[in-house]
Amino acid sequence: MAQDYLNRLRDAKTRKAPQDIIQAIPYLGFLGVTVQEEADGILLCHLPFQDKLIGNPTLPAIHGGVIGSLLESVALLQLMWSLDSPTLPRTINTSIDFLRSGRAKDTSARGRITKQGRRVANVRVEAWQEDSKKPIAAAQGHFLLG
Amino acid sequence: MPDKAPLDGDGPAIALEIIQQFAAEIPFLKALSTRIVDLERGVCRLSLPWQDDIVGDPSTGIVHGGVITTLLDSASGMAVFSVIPRVMQIATLDLRIDYLRSAAPGSDIIAEADCYRLSKNVAFVRGRAFQGTDREVASSMATFMLESSAL
Repeated sequence: MAQDYLNRLRDAKTRKAPQDIIQAIPYLGFLGVTVQEEADGILLCHLPFQDKLIGNPTLPAIHGGVIGSLLESVALLQLMWSLDSPTLPRTINTSIDFLRSGRAKDTSARGRITKQGRRVANVRVEAWQEDSKKPIAAAQGHFLLG
Repeated sequence: MPDKAPLDGDGPAIALEIIQQFAAEIPFLKALSTRIVDLERGVCRLSLPWQDDIVGDPSTGIVHGGVITTLLDSASGMAVFSVIPRVMQIATLDLRIDYLRSAAPGSDIIAEADCYRLSKNVAFVRGRAFQGTDREVASSMATFMLESSAL
């Protein structure tokens, strides 16, 4: 089973089709996350707005947990995409700063591997709506490799 | 009021039943069938029943970390609502989570949060997530901004 998924990951990388990785992950399907590759192997994730993602009906605003889920997913996907050997990283910890409330709009996110060691990687991620210069949240996480 | 109430000034203003009703109407918590199982002043416990949609690693069935994030953020927010001196908007400023061990497939998840300090502008909350009674899968620290409607 793990081997199937690693094969799928390897295949997605060969065909430069990162969306194939997401389609195997139930929670990302539940959220409706999509992904595409930009220049230089950087992944750009999108989270189309849906009513079920709301956490504060008064504003309304997307649930902080949804934003956190998107940020962690982008970090994991970017690691899977960038590492030479196919591997399924495991999250050690995340630290999320919520900068603006996530409105009832589509959200995008992109990550950058800050440091990649032999056993652990540090990744920084930002999420925004409409204007990438006005992030709604930023996070960094540590991930166990291999 | 418990003697360890984190309040400096006025007592809590929102009836616990109102918070329960409010939580029951949050769309994303509804989508995950999450509900409050315990709410007292400063402390909230949420449960999330096992469901296939929360899997983050299809090779092992392990739960996506974002699900734990959602539970801890919500439980922490409810804990803050239970101690604030009047009805107001609050917003998570930051949330730091340590994933102590993988959340295994097939098991419900419980998140509990404790608002241990409330100042004029900021609430401080620590949280833990479990499977079963003693399998701790994550711990968290969060801060919330009070009167956040201008954020």
